[in-house]
Amino acid sequence: MARRSSLASRIFPFVFGLVVGAGVLYFFLPGPPQGGKVQTAQQPGAKPQPGQQGPAQPAGSTLAEVRARGYIQCGVSTGLPGFSNPDDKGNWTGIDVDFCRAVAAAVFGDASKVKYRPLNAKDRFTALQSGEVDLLSRNTTWTMSRDTSLGFDFAGVIYYDGQGFLVKKASGITSAAQLNGATICTQTGTTTELNLADYFRGQNMSYKVLPFEKNEEALSAYDNGRCDAYTTDASGLHAQRLILKTPDDHIVLPEVISKEPLGPLVRQGDPQWEDIVRWTLFALIDAEELGVTSANVDQQMTSASPEVRRLLGTEGKFGEPLGLSNGWAADALRAVGNYGEMFERNVGTKTPLGIPRGLNALWRNGGVMYAPPIR
Amino acid sequence: MRWSWTDPRMRALVWQVAALAATLVTLWYFAAMAHQNLARQHIATGFGFLDNTAGFGVVQTLIPYSEESSYGRAFLVGLCNTLLVAALGTVFAVMLGFVVGVARLSTNWLIARLATVYVETLRNIPLLLQLFFWYFAILQPLPGPRDSLTLLPGIFLSNRGIVMPAVETTPSTAAFVLCLLTAIAAAIFIGRWAKARKLRTGESFPTLIVNAVIIIGLPGLVWLIASAAFALAPPVMGKFNFEGGWRVLPEFLALLLGLTLYTAAFIAEIVRAGIQSVGRGQTEAAHALGLSSGQTLRLVTVPQALRVIVPPLTSQILNLIKNSSLAVAIGYPDLVSVFAGTVLNQTGQAIEVIAITMAVYLIISLAISFAMNLYNARVAIVGR
Ligand SMILES: N[C@@H](CCC(=O)N[C@@H](CS)C(=O)NCC(=O)O)C(=O)O
Repeated sequence: MARRSSLASRIFPFVFGLVVGAGVLYFFLPGPPQGGKVQTAQQPGAKPQPGQQGPAQPAGSTLAEVRARGYIQCGVSTGLPGFSNPDDKGNWTGIDVDFCRAVAAAVFGDASKVKYRPLNAKDRFTALQSGEVDLLSRNTTWTMSRDTSLGFDFAGVIYYDGQGFLVKKASGITSAAQLNGATICTQTGTTTELNLADYFRGQNMSYKVLPFEKNEEALSAYDNGRCDAYTTDASGLHAQRLILKTPDDHIVLPEVISKEPLGPLVRQGDPQWEDIVRWTLFALIDAEELGVTSANVDQQMTSASPEVRRLLGTEGKFGEPLGLSNGWAADALRAVGNYGEMFERNVGTKTPLGIPRGLNALWRNGGVMYAPPIR
Repeated sequence: MRWSWTDPRMRALVWQVAALAATLVTLWYFAAMAHQNLARQHIATGFGFLDNTAGFGVVQTLIPYSEESSYGRAFLVGLCNTLLVAALGTVFAVMLGFVVGVARLSTNWLIARLATVYVETLRNIPLLLQLFFWYFAILQPLPGPRDSLTLLPGIFLSNRGIVMPAVETTPSTAAFVLCLLTAIAAAIFIGRWAKARKLRTGESFPTLIVNAVIIIGLPGLVWLIASAAFALAPPVMGKFNFEGGWRVLPEFLALLLGLTLYTAAFIAEIVRAGIQSVGRGQTEAAHALGLSSGQTLRLVTVPQALRVIVPPLTSQILNLIKNSSLAVAIGYPDLVSVFAGTVLNQTGQAIEVIAITMAVYLIISLAISFAMNLYNARVAIVGR
């Protein structure tokens, strides 16, 4: 007994001292880095700086962390055909997945350096906030509160969408205006839940909403007749109609009740990483405008057009401020092609989803896809 | 008491103060670190969000709620839904658990075997799977509202749940309720009086019959003389579903079924162990005194068994309450689904929302433990 207590009395002050020490240390550690400090942490071309951890970790280090790790952790959906969907071998495809690959190619020159983290609607934001993923590329709507109070920054819009309804043909419903009193299935933690409330309030109609955590559950509840309608982004409706027992028994109603600009997002406070993600997206869109494709990117290196040369890094040093090589955009384009190619390959009219470009066409072709110039 | 390291009491005191201080410092350190990190990441902090407009609908609300209500209100809605399913689940699970536990000890071979099969099946399958079974395999494939099954006249079962006529008040409701309360008070009084008289003189009094007449007769008279005390408002078929009436959601039904049946299996085992812990000699002695089997169970076995039953029963009740948070998997709007789900996601304030949710479960659990400990103290052996 006496020996026990003497052992304890030797260990305890040590532990206690450690804890108190940590507490005191906390006071003297530098506060959150602000402004200028951030920039100096990662000079253009600087070697990756692994091992910077702890509360004083300077912002601007996502790129360093990603490089040290050797791959990008990309948050995607748990399965939405055309956007991010795993096949039976675990290979991911979709426009959101292609974007992850484009960023990996821009950073590493190798599009395969990505690990996908499937996230349902409810968990995606916590995963990004906590640093579990470096980038969320998961049909996520850009809204003000997500941008301002959840601590995120959206890099742009990869797909202009809007919310719609799916109903059974047999119900005889042809317009959302006939949904007064209906029960509607949806997924929890989405903008969908809020738009639904807004729409029915605005139309002075009553409704019952049944939100499920997992999308499959919401869809199967609708399929089983627990709900009269299923609602989500129109793109999602088209994709999910295909996985119902008998797709032809269901129709998408013509009304689009909201604006859903879907885009990739990152944590706020790391301007360099944000710029990398944003300009990768812009480069993909600019490339379509300039006619640069995955097939002709190498020929275009010698193009006479200064715009193309700047994009592909044969003129100017546009990669350096991002902390990347000057061929960053060329690497991305070689891997996934330009925006138009990504669209047609994953969701376009020749795919099972069969979605026309519509709003997502280039601004020159009557859409709203428009990227600032690289210069 | 003089300060001396050799004094064990003094030493114990020092350790305790030190341990407390270390805990507080650690907690403070974590809180400060979290706060700093959140500020660095530009994530909103604080509890101000509870006043913001929720903007989403909830399918079952026991208290008034609309999309214009606040997140704080949504929290209360979720809490009420959790409490409802937990309270009903507890009552049913305890009742069913007692019945099955006693049945396991039945001398009737079939009944004992059935009870064993029940216990072994239900407690060995994960609760989440059972919930999926009730919800997706049993309740959802039911016919739609238009082809509802009729459970009782006016009560329908469909894949939208159970719908029954709403019970509404009439002008004579107040008089009826008043009469009923008076009758119950009178019955209690008569019961006491009869018991006291029996102890004093040994004479029996037909308490049961007299009280039944009073409790049924008195309010019944009001019903006859005035008018029906309640009116039934049957549901009518609307465009999509029944409108009006009272309804029980299939999500609620599945959760209640799952929680009740699962927990009852554990409670049955506790009850069986409790009854078996009472020595055979007790039963034999009771029989020798001329008590019937029923009386033996009620007056001799159960009171002693309760001492063994109550502490583990408390744990099962706490489990049931915590397991109710699986609701989110089948779309029942409980606290975790509404608050730690939708509200968390909408506001992004994970730390605050999770802290509140944990505190709620902690408080509910502590309150139940406290109540059960009081009860346990009452049934425990009183030392002489
Ligand atoms: N764009 C909406 C909704 C996005 C969303 O989560 N959609 C669902 C239904 S299409 C989905 O992708 N679910 C797949 C999953 O949970 O993995 C938002 O950002 O809130």
